[in-house]
Parts: sequence; C-alpha cells; structure tokens
Amino acid sequence: MAQSAVLPADQYNFDIVRRFMIVAMVYGVLGMTVGVYIACELAWPFLNFDIPALTFGRLRPVHTSLVIFGFGGSALFATAYYIVQRTCQARLAFPWLAEFTFWGWTGGVALGVITYMAGFSQGREYAEFEWPLDIAITLVWVCYIVVYVETVRRRSQPHIYVANWFFMSFLLAVALLHIFNNLAVPTGLLKSYSLFAGVQDAMTQWWYGHNAVGFFLTAAFLGMMYYFVPKQAGRPVYSYRLSIIHFWALIFLYMWAGGHHLHWTSLPDWVSTLAATFSILLLMPSWGGMINGIMTLSGAWDKLRSDPIMLFLITSLSFYGMSTFEGPLMSLKSVNALSHYTDWTIGHVHSGALGWVALVSFGSFYHLMPRLYQTKLYSQTLIYVHFWLATIGIVLYITSMWVAGIGQGLMLRSFDDYGNLAYTFIETVEFMHTPYVWRALGGAFFVAGALVMAYNMVMTARTSRREQAALEAKLAAKLAKA
Amino acid sequence: MLDWLLWFTHMENSKPLALVLFFGAFCGIVIYVFTGKKRAKRLESYKYIPFDDEPPSDHLRSEQRSHSRKVIDNE
Repeated sequence: MAQSAVLPADQYNFDIVRRFMIVAMVYGVLGMTVGVYIACELAWPFLNFDIPALTFGRLRPVHTSLVIFGFGGSALFATAYYIVQRTCQARLAFPWLAEFTFWGWTGGVALGVITYMAGFSQGREYAEFEWPLDIAITLVWVCYIVVYVETVRRRSQPHIYVANWFFMSFLLAVALLHIFNNLAVPTGLLKSYSLFAGVQDAMTQWWYGHNAVGFFLTAAFLGMMYYFVPKQAGRPVYSYRLSIIHFWALIFLYMWAGGHHLHWTSLPDWVSTLAATFSILLLMPSWGGMINGIMTLSGAWDKLRSDPIMLFLITSLSFYGMSTFEGPLMSLKSVNALSHYTDWTIGHVHSGALGWVALVSFGSFYHLMPRLYQTKLYSQTLIYVHFWLATIGIVLYITSMWVAGIGQGLMLRSFDDYGNLAYTFIETVEFMHTPYVWRALGGAFFVAGALVMAYNMVMTARTSRREQAALEAKLAAKLAKA
Repeated sequence: MLDWLLWFTHMENSKPLALVLFFGAFCGIVIYVFTGKKRAKRLESYKYIPFDDEPPSDHLRSEQRSHSRKVIDNE
C-alpha cells in the first residue's frame, strides 16, 4: 500500500517549475506564430520578401524547434520536475544543476533558432542543430537525468509512481536517439557531415525521427497525463495495472516503427514490413493508455460541463486516440503510397502535436498555475475561450490538410488512358492553395488561443503578486501596532 | 570451443530467438500484473500516490479507506 508522507507544498522547489512554464509559453507563442507565418508563405509565397532568413526552408526548422524543443521540451522539464517532487515527496535534488538545465536548455534552443536563420543546419529533420549545439544539448540532458534520477532515489515513497516510469524511459531513450543520430564528422565550427551514408543514414534519421515522436512527444506527455488527469479529476487513474502494461508495451514497440517513414525507398523490404507491423501493434498500447486516461473520469463525467481544464485534458486524450489510429493506418504500405510526400502527413503530425501535446500541456499548465502562484486563476471564462479557439483551430488545420494531402496524392497518381500523368505538378500546387489558406486560418485560431492563455497567466501572476504585497502590508501593520 | 556462439550471428536464428525472448517477457509481465488477488490490490493501491501529499477530498478518502481495508483483509 502506498505510504502517506505529507509535506507542505513550500518544501518543494517550485521556482524552477514556474520558470520552465513561463519559457514554454514564450517559446510556444513564438514558435506557433512562426508556424502561421510559414503557412501563409506557402499560400502566398511573396511573404518571404526575398530575404534568405525568412524563406520557408530556414523558418521551418525554427518553427519545429521552437514548438517541439522550446515549448514541448520546456513543458516537459517543468512538469517532470513538478511530478517527480510530488509523487516521490522529495525536494528536487541538486538545485544548482536544475538551474543549469534551465539556462542550458533555454539558451540552446535560442542559439539553434538563430543559427537556422543564419543558414546553419545539419539538414536532419527535427535534429537540425549543428554539432557544437548537439554536444551542449547532450550535456544539459545528462544533467537533467542526474537531477531526475537522484530525486527519484531520494523518494519518501517505496513505490515509483508510473508517471515517473514514462519520464525515465523518455530521458534514457532521447539520450540514445540524440547521440546516435547526431554522430558526425565536423569540418568547421558550424559544419559537419553525418557519420552514416545512403540508406543507413536515412534509417538512422527516421529511427530518431519517429522515436522523437514516440518518446519525446508521446511517452513523456503520457507521464504528464498519468499525473495531471487524476489530479484534476480528483480521482485516481482508472487502472494502475493497465498503466503498467501500457508502459512496457509502448516503450518496446515504438523503437521498431521508424522504418515506416521510408516505405517505397531503397530500404530493405523486410525492414519496411517490420516497421509497418510494429506500427499496427502500437495501436493497442496507445488506445489502452487513452482509455485508461479517459475512464479516469468514469462516474464523474459531469466535470466536463463544469471544469474547462478537464475539457483540455480529455480532449487531448481524444486527439491522442485519433492520431494513434491515423498513424498505424498511414504506416500500411498501400495507404503510404498515397499519403507519403503529401500534406496528409503534415495534418497527421499536427493532430498529434496540437491536439495531444499542446492541449495536454495547456491543461497541465492551467492545473499548475494556481498551485505555483498560490492564488486563483485570473479567469475561468478565458480558459473556455482558449479551449474553443484551440479546438476550432485544430479541426480547421487537420481537415484542410486531409483535403490538400489526399487530393494531392490522388492527383499525383492519376494517369490518362495513354499512361501519361493526368495532372502537371503546377496543377497540384494550384489545387492546394485553398486548403493552405484554411490551414493558415486554423493555425491563427490556435495562436490566438495561446495568446489568451498567456494573458491569463500574466494576470494570474500579477494577482498573486498583489495579494502577496497586501498580505505583507497587513502583517507589517499588525507588527507596527503590536 | 566457442563455435556455438556463431549460431547467434545468423539472422535466421537470432531474429526468432529475439522474438521468443521479447514476447515471452511481455507475456510474463501481463501474467504478473493480472494474476494474484493480493498483488492486484497492492498494485492498484499505488494509484493513490499523487494524492498522498495533500489532504484528500471526502470522496477520495472514503474510496482510499475501502481500498486499504481490502488490501489488509487480503494480507
């Protein structure tokens, strides 16, 4: 049975959590805004103004790095440091090292973005940082592992709660992925060549790329889910035993699935088949986890009517279920022949990134805000406004990408009676213009929601400061009277 | 003398072996997790850990109490 050891909240290190949360919001708003800008560039290409730093090729990694590493990564640092303290009932180990991870991570992302705009990139998707930054990130990551594992080691609980298992697998897997995918031969301060060549290079890249999704954007955020959904619902997770099976099945299966990004290439056919098979198998742990999360609300569904934070968390799980159904479907070779190299893939990524990752992070942040600032949230209504802006934005985004991607795929595969291509390339580009405009609009909705949240957060912090000042003034007055 | 190790270097041997090992491990985990009344109760009791460092709500308190009673009854 779990041991009870009550510690006052001020015995935990919440300062580092608060700072990572603020940075996550700053990078999130910046990254999403860049995303909307490059979406507009695709619809209206004149927007690059012939300035190299503003072209799609340079801004695209700026967008992905800011949202994945800047927003998602900082959100994971914040929640991991919060969850590990609360579930282990131990103060964060090595505060100076945790401080180093904050500056190291925040600075690393900022430097990465600057170098991309200046044209320095490894050209590896989601791993564009050049080698000096890769080494710096490795150092920060090792420190993150040391802080986390040492805090777990100092726990007051005999059992390690399942959310921590997900975080620890993420820490270990990301370290492996980052190191092996970035093995390179430097030829200058900001130039290097991959250690691998040809299909091996592509396979390494997509082993990394898919597991970045699997461990960075899934396993770690599931850790977040296993803590914040029960806490916000005020009831324990539906089945702890299911969470154990969920963990082992997910971390085992994900590692094998990366090859499905390279169907119909020079990748050996057996690797392709293996990847597709494991992708289909992944549906089971993914849906098991989703059901476990959603069923936590079993018997308390009314909370969805009264609690907007719960809306964020449960909707994120629904999008998680939807994108983990779409992923295995797209990993089938026959479906992939249509979907690959089209915007369907972009739509799929965003249903996971916006629907799952961003919504679960927003829900968790809303849960954290009153606890970190020790005051009430500034506005519940604004949370509802944010929720609807975000949801409408996601729906607009993914439906427009389905139209663009499936249409594009069908057009590129069409032949006339004589075996010639039925459409020219430029006709497919013209066809995609309208969905691209809708996609940009969807993105704008989503950014507007994030701005509403940032405003709510700033106002909550200001209220907290005002309350604190009033309290101190009252105490001072009392002391003066005495 | 160590020639038998060469058997593992052939993909047609090592792949099914890996399959048997991993699948066996997974079946072992499933059996371990879903069998044994006492173990089931113990594992399920861990789901209250996130609530251990703050005063529980009335609903949670009664649920946790009935759960701990069941664990004690089974021990």
